[in-house]
Amino acid sequence: MTNIIFSRKEFEKHIKITPEIQERITLFGTPLENVSQENVEIEVLSNRPDLISLEGFMRSFKKFLGKEPGLKKYDIKKPEKNYRVYVDKLVKEIRPYVSCAIIKNISLNEEKLKDIINLQEKLALTLGRNRKKIAIGIYPLDKITFPLYYTSKEPKDIKYTPLGADRELTADEILMLHPTGRKYEHLLKNQRRYPIFIDSDKKIISMPPIINSELTGRVDTKTKDLFIECTGTDKNVIEKTLIIIATSLAELEGNIYQVEIIDKEKYNTPILTNQKIKISLQNVNKLLGLNLTENQISQLLAKMGHNYKNGVAEIAPWRIDILHEVDLIEDIAIAYGYNNFSPEIPNISTSGQESKESIIKRKISEILIGLELLEISTYHLIKPEEVENYNTKDALELLDSKSEYKYLRPNLLIPILRISSENKDAEYPQKLFEIGRVFNKNVQKENGIEENDNLILSISPANATEIKKHLDYLFKMLDLEYSIKEITKPHLIDGRTCAILLNNRPIGYFGEVHPNTLRKQGIQMPIALAEISLEEVYKLIN
Amino acid sequence: MEKLIESLSQIERTIIPHLHKKVDEIVNKTNLDKTTVIRALTFLESKGLLKINQKTSKIIDLGVNGIHYKKNHLPERKLLITIENNNNKTFNEIKEKTNLSDNEFKAALGVLKNKLLISLENGKLKISSTKEECSKKFPEELLLEKTPITSENLSELDKLAVENLKTRKDILEILEKKDITFELTEKGKEIAGKQITSDLIEELTPEIIKEGIKNKKFRRYDFSIKAPSIYGGKKHFVNQSIEQGKKIWLELGFKEMTGDLTVNSFWNFDALFTAQDHPVREMHDTFFIKDVQGKLPEEKTVQAVKKAHEQGVDNSTGWKYNFNENESKKVLLRTHTTCLSAKKLASLKKEDLPAKFFSVNRVFRNETLDWKHGFEFNQAEGIVIDPNANFRHLIGYLKEFAKKMGHDKIRIQPSYFPYTEPSLEGSIWNNEKKEWVEVLAAGIFRPEVTIPLLGTAMPVLAWGPGFDRLMTEAHKIKDLRELYKNDINHLREHKILIK
Repeated sequence: MTNIIFSRKEFEKHIKITPEIQERITLFGTPLENVSQENVEIEVLSNRPDLISLEGFMRSFKKFLGKEPGLKKYDIKKPEKNYRVYVDKLVKEIRPYVSCAIIKNISLNEEKLKDIINLQEKLALTLGRNRKKIAIGIYPLDKITFPLYYTSKEPKDIKYTPLGADRELTADEILMLHPTGRKYEHLLKNQRRYPIFIDSDKKIISMPPIINSELTGRVDTKTKDLFIECTGTDKNVIEKTLIIIATSLAELEGNIYQVEIIDKEKYNTPILTNQKIKISLQNVNKLLGLNLTENQISQLLAKMGHNYKNGVAEIAPWRIDILHEVDLIEDIAIAYGYNNFSPEIPNISTSGQESKESIIKRKISEILIGLELLEISTYHLIKPEEVENYNTKDALELLDSKSEYKYLRPNLLIPILRISSENKDAEYPQKLFEIGRVFNKNVQKENGIEENDNLILSISPANATEIKKHLDYLFKMLDLEYSIKEITKPHLIDGRTCAILLNNRPIGYFGEVHPNTLRKQGIQMPIALAEISLEEVYKLIN
Repeated sequence: MEKLIESLSQIERTIIPHLHKKVDEIVNKTNLDKTTVIRALTFLESKGLLKINQKTSKIIDLGVNGIHYKKNHLPERKLLITIENNNNKTFNEIKEKTNLSDNEFKAALGVLKNKLLISLENGKLKISSTKEECSKKFPEELLLEKTPITSENLSELDKLAVENLKTRKDILEILEKKDITFELTEKGKEIAGKQITSDLIEELTPEIIKEGIKNKKFRRYDFSIKAPSIYGGKKHFVNQSIEQGKKIWLELGFKEMTGDLTVNSFWNFDALFTAQDHPVREMHDTFFIKDVQGKLPEEKTVQAVKKAHEQGVDNSTGWKYNFNENESKKVLLRTHTTCLSAKKLASLKKEDLPAKFFSVNRVFRNETLDWKHGFEFNQAEGIVIDPNANFRHLIGYLKEFAKKMGHDKIRIQPSYFPYTEPSLEGSIWNNEKKEWVEVLAAGIFRPEVTIPLLGTAMPVLAWGPGFDRLMTEAHKIKDLRELYKNDINHLREHKILIK
C-alpha cells in the first residue's frame, strides 16, 4: 500500500475532478485520500503497481469510466542498430538477470518527470523489495554508446563519478560515503565482485543496485529518449517491472524499442505477451451472487482493460495481480460497482457457541468480581530487567523488539507486581486479578512453545490465609476439590507458601510475597497472592 | 436546635461539652483518639457549629540512611577525615580506606569539591583548605542534629542543607503535618459547653427490634456529608468490549475459535498465500521469537501450500518462486487472527459444513510504544464456510454485523489482501465527526488458500472489524498506552460499558 500524490493540473488534463469522479476513484479500488487545489492523493494497493504513475492510473481509470474499453495494445519496435546488452557470466552469482527497453520521443515536464521518478522509486521499493529483488536505472539515451556490457568487477577496479558527486569514487568509497551508497550498502555485503554496466566507450554507467554515473547524467525535462534497465534476482518480476515502466512511459506519446539481450541465449526485451485465463460464466455468477450474461461479463471485463472471447479473458502484461480466475471475478465486481450489489443474508442455521475455555474464564471472572476483585489486563511482554530481577532466564526472547518490552512473560507474577508497584498511590486494600496467557519453551509443541492460561489473584494488604479463603471459595464454586502442600518458592516467604494441587497434580501456588521482593519493587504494603494454571481446570470441568 | 441535637452522634455529643477548648485538650479530656475528634469536628462544621482552620507544615526527619549517618558521620565527613589522614593518595586508595559504596563515594566527592575543601591533582586527592575550615561542622551535619524540626524553624543555612540532602537517597524524610484549629459560630457558641443528655437511638440493634423503641427517638443522620468511597470488583474495560464483540458473533450463530498466540510462519503467512519475501514478513513489522523453531504440520498440507506458492493450484499461476520450508518454521507472535481461521479450515471435515466461526483476540506487531502506537491489538474475525456462499452474502453479513454494533450506515469499496479475492473494505458513518471510518476488512478466501487447506475450492467468507478503533472510541481513550496501563484509580472510576 502506498499513497501517491498527482498534480491536480496534470490529472485534470485527463479528467475533471467532480464529486462524482471522486466517488468513482474510490470505487475503482484506489481510495481517494485527499484533494486540494494543487494535488490529488490516492492510495494504490500493493497488487496494482501499474497504477502508481498518473499515466498508468489514467490508462485503467478511463476505461473504468467507459472510455476506450478493452485491452490496450502498444506497438513495440524491434531493436534498432546496436541496441544490445551483453550479459557476462560474472554477474550470475550476484544479480543474474537483466531486462532493458528504450523509449523514444517522449515529452516531459516537471510534473511528469517527478511522476516517473516516483514510479521508479516505488517499484524498486515494493515489487523490488527495496532494490533487493529488483533495481531500476533510467538514463538519457544519447549519453550512452551501445552495445552495453552487464558484468562485474572487483570493488577496487570500479571507479566512477556517482550521481551527485563531484569527483570519481571507488566502489567502496561510494558504499561508505555516498548517501545512496550507504543506504543500500547491505545489498552488496560479502560480495567479492560488484555488478556494473559498461558502455562501448568503457564508461561505467551504473553499479546496480546502488547508483548511476553522473556522466551519463540525469533525465531532465528536455530528455526525449530514454534507456531503462532492470536488474535483479527474479527474472519474472524483472520483466513485469520493465513492462510497467515502459508502457507507462509510452503513454507520454513515446515509442517502445526493444533491446537485444545476449545472455546464454539471445532474446529481446520487453516482450508484451498478453496472459490468457479461462473464465466461466457460472463461476462468476456463483461467486458474486449475480445473474450476468456472457455479454455483460465481456463488457465489464472491458471496463477493467481486459478482452473477452469464448470463455477466455485476455489480460495485459502489466496486470501482475491476475493470478487466477477469481482475480478477474473481482475485476468484474469492481466494474459492476461494489455499491450496486444488494446484500443478502443466507439462511443457514448454525448455533453460536462460545469455547469451553472462554466460558470457564468468564465464570471465574464473575466469581472473583463477586469477591470485589478488580480485573487487570497487562501486556504479554515483559522487560529485560524483569527477566533479570525475577531470575527467569528461560523466558523466550523476541528478535529486535522496538519497545522496552523484549521477552514473553513466563508467568503472571511479574506483570502483577509491576502493576502493584506502579499503583502505590491508589487506595488500599488493592484486590486484583488477571487471567492471561503465559509462555514457556517446549520443543514437543508445533510452535516450540507451551502456552497456558494462568489466573493470578493478589490482595494487598493481606496474608496467605486471606488468599486461601478466596481460593476455597473459588474452587467450591467451580465444584472442584484442591489440596495443598507446603513448598518453598523464590519471592515468597518460606513457611507461608503452598503448592495448589488438583488431582494430586501441582497447578499453581499461593503465599505471601517476600519483603525483599516487595522492597526491590518499591512496594510498601504486604501482598499475598495465588497463581494457577487453568489447563487442568479446563480438563476437569465438563 | 432540637433537630440539630437529634442529629448529633454519640461522639459529637461527647465533645460538645469541651468545645471551648483546643483540639489537643479535647483529645485529652474525652479520651478519644485525635483522628476521631477531628472527624467529629468536621461533622460539626458541616452542621454549622464551627469553622475549621487547617494549616499544614512540613517536618524534616531522618530517613534510614539519615539515622545511620547521624550516628556514624555523613559520607563526606568520612571521606574528608580519610583524606586528612592520607593526603595525596590516589582515588582508589582513598576509596578503599573509606569503605563507602560507589554512590556514597561519588556523592561525598562532589560535595567536598563543591565546598572547595579538597582538590584532585594528577589523579591524587588533596586537602585544599585550612585545618580549621575542615574541622568546622557542615550545615548538613548541623541540620541532622536538629531533626526532627518543622519547616518554620529552619534557618537559611538549614534550608540550604535540606535542599542538598533532599536529593540524596533516604537521608531525610519530609513529613506533612496538619495543624487544626477551629472557631465556633454563633450557633456553636450557644451549644458549646452544654452537657447533652438526650436518649436517642444510635444503631438499630436486634434487641431494639425485639423490644420496640419505647418512645425513644432515632438520632438523625446528616446526609449532606459525603459518604466514603467504595469500589467494586469489575471486568477490565478492554475485556468488557471483547465480551460485547463476542456476543454479537454468538448471536449471529458463530462458534468461537481459540488457539495459541505464537504460531509458525506457516500458519500466519504461508497458508494464507503470503509470499515468503512479502515485506510484512520482515522482522521490522513482526515479532519473531529467538531460538525457537517450530515443526511443520502434516506433509500433505505443507506440500499443498508449497505448490500453491510455487506454481499455483486450480490454474492459478502462483507466486513463481522457490518455497523454503525453513522460512515456514520461524515462530512468531501472530500478526492477525486469520491464522486461527487457516488452522480451522485445515481441521474441518466435510460433515462439519456449512459452518461459521469467529474469534476476538489479541494480535501483535513489532512497534514502539507511544500515544498512537502499541504492540498489542485486538482483532475480531469471522468466517463462513458454505458451498453456496457468495459476495452478496459477504456484504449481507457485514451490514448485519455493523448494525449489531450500532451502525446502520455502511459503505464498501474494493481493497486488497493476499489471501482474499474479491476483497473489500467497509466504512461506517461516524455521526459525531461526520466522516466515514474504515473499520471493516473482508473478502472471500482465494482458492490458493482453500484448496490446500480444505481440499476443495469452497467459498469461505471472511471479515473482521478493526476492533481497537471502535473500542478506544467507546471508552474515549486518546492515548493507546492507557489500554494496558492498569492505573487502579482509573480502573476503579472507569464507567461500565452498557452494551
